[in-house]
Amino acid sequence: MPVEAVRAAGAPGSASSTLLIEFGLVLLALGLLGMIARRFGVSVVPLYLVAGLAFGAGGVAPLPGSAAFISGAAELGIVLLMLTVGLEFTGKEFTATLRRQGPAGLVDLVLNAGPGFVAGWLLGAGWLGACALAGVTWVSSSGIAVQVLSDLGRIANRETPAVLSILVLEDIAMAVYLPVIAVLLGGGEWWQAALAAAAAVGAVLAVAWSSARYQDRLTRAVVSDDDEQVMLRVLGITLLVAGLTQVLEASAAVGAFLVGLALTGRAAERARAVLTPLRNLFAAIFFLSFGLSTDPADLLPVLPVAAALGGVTVVTKMVTGWYAAAREGASPRGRLRAGGTLVARGEFSILVAGLATTAGLVELGAVATGYVIVLAVVGPLVARFAVDLGRPLLRPSAVAG
Amino acid sequence: MDVTETMLPGVGLRFDFTLESGRRVGIVAHRTGRFEVAVYSREDPDATTASLALTEQEADVIAEILGAARIAERFADLTKEIPGLLSGQVEVTATSPFAGRTLGDSRCRTLTGASIVAVVHAEEITASPAPGHPLRAGDVLVVIGTDEGIRAVRALFSG
Repeated sequence: MPVEAVRAAGAPGSASSTLLIEFGLVLLALGLLGMIARRFGVSVVPLYLVAGLAFGAGGVAPLPGSAAFISGAAELGIVLLMLTVGLEFTGKEFTATLRRQGPAGLVDLVLNAGPGFVAGWLLGAGWLGACALAGVTWVSSSGIAVQVLSDLGRIANRETPAVLSILVLEDIAMAVYLPVIAVLLGGGEWWQAALAAAAAVGAVLAVAWSSARYQDRLTRAVVSDDDEQVMLRVLGITLLVAGLTQVLEASAAVGAFLVGLALTGRAAERARAVLTPLRNLFAAIFFLSFGLSTDPADLLPVLPVAAALGGVTVVTKMVTGWYAAAREGASPRGRLRAGGTLVARGEFSILVAGLATTAGLVELGAVATGYVIVLAVVGPLVARFAVDLGRPLLRPSAVAG
Repeated sequence: MDVTETMLPGVGLRFDFTLESGRRVGIVAHRTGRFEVAVYSREDPDATTASLALTEQEADVIAEILGAARIAERFADLTKEIPGLLSGQVEVTATSPFAGRTLGDSRCRTLTGASIVAVVHAEEITASPAPGHPLRAGDVLVVIGTDEGIRAVRALFSG
């Protein structure tokens, strides 16, 4: 490290020392939460959200020195999160999934976006707010769901392909939905939104086509024996594309997701290996930051509405999971587990809630925020106890044993 | 035994099959290279009762163990079925004329009538090796032939 940098970091009483101390404490707190989550076998994401609520705006410790840094890091977090979501998929998997579970994806959309749309309308947020809240209630959190599946040892279960299929279809649908809602919330006209939708569909197709056609060249551009090179190249490309999509008023998350989608095979493998630790750090900060920027006092008045909406969409997600798992030939218990796993909402819903708040739909933003926090906390629990919760629905013969 | 292959989008592939004992077993090949071997529950056929998480290396070792045993077993069956046919193992010693050369160089089949059906190098088994297969000191050849033929192979390789 150059001498000046050491001096700057070590200057007594400077703003940077406050930043370091605060950020260090934040990381230690996150580590502690992770340990607790592991101990009790629950997903750590909801704990990050609640911890964020406890600190920050209106909380017990407002973190004045690191707030700006944390919000910057959170932005990186969502970009990295979406990049790695994109890295998980290949175009081939998507088309196969669409063919196999397309109808379930449609049921998912109607059953889960529907209640959000109606609630948004009833809250007087207009059709725009209704569309935003529909997005919030529609999409399950792939991050939480995959974590839950692996924590509960359900990856090999028969209903699991159904769960993963729904998540894939939702994630790809988000690549189109997010730019559209971002343009609309940003004050764009219908034709601009339609243009954004067309551009998004075009971008997804172009990426799928070019990544198959130019796979060798893309791989050569990113893959190197040197981990540092891979990290710098992939991160550089991702941030650049994310920034450009942001300039185009689509969400930066979409750009990052597309980059992830474009990288396949060996390039994706290397990128995943190198970026996962970075993703874990910054994604944790993203979830924390969402809680930090929310004042618990603002949430209290909307909590009944958020909880009621949560209650309805727990049921609709359970029905979605039931239907999708039945298509895979799973038994009633497997179907309940599939539904339970899908209940948690997370990163995408947070993104949409953030967009709504920024666009001035403050009350709707608060409802969405409360909703995400409620379901991020309740979701993993429902996933775990789905069979017990659904026991009355099962015929005695299915429960025996 | 029928093995069903199922795609797990974003995770990898799952292979599952039913054993003769009636237990169903699932193997998940994670895209990260990890493996998971799970046994399904009798009461709830969709859920697993036990599962083993294997690293890439551990999976390799297990595959070697199962693979080696099965190859030996199959030879045993084969040699039992045909009278006069035996299997044997011949080591390529450091002083062997073919250490460092290829299998084809030995002209083993032409000279002895016995067949080399596998080459074991360290822990790696090559079944039905091609004539171009390299032989190194310490390799073990799995040979099938008559008693006489196997002895001839041993003589050939010890030089």
